[in-house]
Amino acid sequence: MKVVILGCGRVGSTLARTLDAEGHNVTVIDRNQQQFQRLGADFGGATVRGTGIDEDVLLRAGIEEADVFVAMTNGDNTSIMASQIVQEVFEVPHVVTRIYDPVREQLYRSLGLDTICPTTLIAGLVHEKLADNATVPSSGGAA
Amino acid sequence: MFILVIGGGKIGYYLTKTLVSEGYEVLLIERNQQKVVTFSDRFGAVVMQGDGAEAATLQRAGASRADVVIATTGEDEDNLVICQLAKRMFQVGHVMARVNNPKNEEIFKRLGIDTTVSVTNIILSYMEQSLPDRPLTHLLTLSHADLAIVEANITSRSPHIGRPLGDVNLPPDVAVSAIIRGEDLLIPGPETRLQPGDEVIAITHRASEERLREALSQ
Repeated sequence: MKVVILGCGRVGSTLARTLDAEGHNVTVIDRNQQQFQRLGADFGGATVRGTGIDEDVLLRAGIEEADVFVAMTNGDNTSIMASQIVQEVFEVPHVVTRIYDPVREQLYRSLGLDTICPTTLIAGLVHEKLADNATVPSSGGAA
Repeated sequence: MFILVIGGGKIGYYLTKTLVSEGYEVLLIERNQQKVVTFSDRFGAVVMQGDGAEAATLQRAGASRADVVIATTGEDEDNLVICQLAKRMFQVGHVMARVNNPKNEEIFKRLGIDTTVSVTNIILSYMEQSLPDRPLTHLLTLSHADLAIVEANITSRSPHIGRPLGDVNLPPDVAVSAIIRGEDLLIPGPETRLQPGDEVIAITHRASEERLREALSQ
């Protein structure tokens, strides 16, 4: 499948490398050329420099043929706007958006974006870890 | 009427100043604390520090009783999210966004922003109207019907001069609605003949705008 990833930070680059190694057709967009170094020398996908909220940049990344678009920028609003453009204008079948702010995450989930909120996810994971740990006094109710 | 202005750049600043002097209830939200202090000295207590794209900030600003929210920051993505939060979470009746990249006007409208303002497009449209030889000027977009109202200037070099309108090969979904000749307004029919200096006002489907431009400038 053809995947376009917006944002080549730690998460974006790791996902890009994993999907590339699995044989998928991957294109990564980032404003900062230096970020592409994270992809490593053996990365077989393409890179496009530019902002993901610009239709021309998305077109250069081959968004019209994409099956999946993943927004992983460090700015929630950029990820949200890029995802809405991709969903509304280019009608990419699967759009995944990372949104740090739990309030915005809930709103845009209700508006039809497939969202992931690392904040609630990690807080939940840590909380589970603490609940599993017998030395921490539990407030009860943990499954 | 209560108006929330987000973003204390030049546009937000002068907008707030003008709205206050016209007697509206206004609150300006600005991220930069330094600016908030400066503005508060000038306007009084109508400036609040905060990130307008945070629901908590909008809540604190009283967005749920705002009649209008105007997002004027220099970042289109921020203006979009501010307006969507205001509309969807706080049920603000009318949201307006400044659009920095003119291409984004279209997508903002599709994403539910009531009014968009692109300074680039405004300057462009004034410029086009003041150039006499432009074959076609875009006057207005009727976005709900996907129509545009355009104006064509018939120059002395136009191949259509003297021909009846019915013979001019226009796209099928174009309605020529009026001709301004000097100070007269003509309601044209297929027999109306074009003269140099005529201003032709037409309604067209937006998809045919480019073909209309070609038909009139050939």
